[in-house]
Amino acid sequence: MPIIEAQRLAYQVAGKQILTNLDLAVTAGDYLTIAGPSGSGKSTLLKLLAGFLTPTSGEITFKGQPQAGYPVPQYRQQVSYCIQQPLLFGQTVADNFAFPYEITNQPIDHERIAHLLAAVDLPKDYEQKAITALSGGERQRVALVRNLLLDPPVLLLDEVTTGLDARSKQIVLDLLEEEHRRGKTLIKVTHDDAEIAAASHLLMMKGGRLTNDQ
Amino acid sequence: MTSNLSVSNLSLLIAAAGMLLAMAISAKEKLGLSRDIAYSVARAIIQLTVVGYVLKAVFHVANLWLTLALAMVIILNASWNAYQRNGKRTNGFRDSFLAIFISTSFTIGLLVLSGSIKPIAQQLVPITGMVASNSMVAIGLAFRSMNRQYALQAQQVNERLALGATAFQASKEIIRASIKTAMQPTIDSAKTVGIVSLPGMMSGLIFAGVDPVYAIKYQIMVVFMLLSATSLGAVIAIYLSYRSYFTARLQLRVPDAD
Repeated sequence: MPIIEAQRLAYQVAGKQILTNLDLAVTAGDYLTIAGPSGSGKSTLLKLLAGFLTPTSGEITFKGQPQAGYPVPQYRQQVSYCIQQPLLFGQTVADNFAFPYEITNQPIDHERIAHLLAAVDLPKDYEQKAITALSGGERQRVALVRNLLLDPPVLLLDEVTTGLDARSKQIVLDLLEEEHRRGKTLIKVTHDDAEIAAASHLLMMKGGRLTNDQ
Repeated sequence: MTSNLSVSNLSLLIAAAGMLLAMAISAKEKLGLSRDIAYSVARAIIQLTVVGYVLKAVFHVANLWLTLALAMVIILNASWNAYQRNGKRTNGFRDSFLAIFISTSFTIGLLVLSGSIKPIAQQLVPITGMVASNSMVAIGLAFRSMNRQYALQAQQVNERLALGATAFQASKEIIRASIKTAMQPTIDSAKTVGIVSLPGMMSGLIFAGVDPVYAIKYQIMVVFMLLSATSLGAVIAIYLSYRSYFTARLQLRVPDAD
């Protein structure tokens, strides 16, 4: 049974058809890469899967249950959406790491934070840094750690390597590979040629449809 | 109590020179405000004349229900005004009304119960106007601040939602900042009261010949009641309306920044 599935998914906004009858089934543990030209509907698909948009028609199911049947916060805690070019919130990096724990009433797991900070090659005292002092690559890495803290089974990644320097990009990709090895389901949208070439499971989108399944 | 009040129609007419001066400045500096000044003065004269006669009648009848009805008219007017500043959101009038009604009733209830004011028209009506108008301004500030922050911080709110936050968890900082914005002017003016301004309540009593030492007691009461009305009004208005910035499926409806 696929962990996340879209059936005859369509999305229309202001009379414009963005997605048309899209079917997608992602098995648990898959590392899916979705590519395609700008405006092909890739980001829209991710936003629909994340519950940030509501489909005009069709249905999304997660673990066999319709998305609409889940309380939204619980769904998003499991199907974690990594926004394109995150800004981060609050004052410091620590504020961002505390938030997932705060909203789920859990004590902050400092060990987990330290482990993930090391995984994205950031020093331990980095938590005290002001978010305004971070570069784009550092912000993206902090955001990724933030999404991984509660270990969600599914990760939706919207162009998370766009605009990153080569080093940050490699760190992010290594972390994603590691999470894939640990069994996490990843759905990644990208423009990056090297990532597309290296993808183990690649889907192409064009004009709001999936065009092939390799 | 001796009354030193002696404003006659003639003295008002002489004081109207102030308005003529404003119009002359407008003409000289080509501000184009002459018509607006004339219109606003005419409106003020008509409104105040009507209010003067209405109040006279209400005081004469001295019926509690009639007094409360008049207070309700004031609250409804204030709610409508605050609602206009709320970007006319869904349920905006209901939220404004509840916030102003509850904050005003609570504050005045407290004053009546404590014996600070008597439940008679001469005291209830002016105090209601004072409390409701301050609550209205505070709520208007809170609404505007909230709207601006949802527009400016849309992405931060979305990042919080993406992590699985509820509407409240995603809005906490905006809620806090909006309430703070609404309360700040009242707190600031409480700091300068008596030093910079001799406020209306106190000035009125002193005008009427009351001992200033006695008049300040009323002004202290006003400080308390305005703090209560603005904080309560802002809290109620913000808590009632932040959810309207989200759809049922917790998607942020980004407002236009003003």
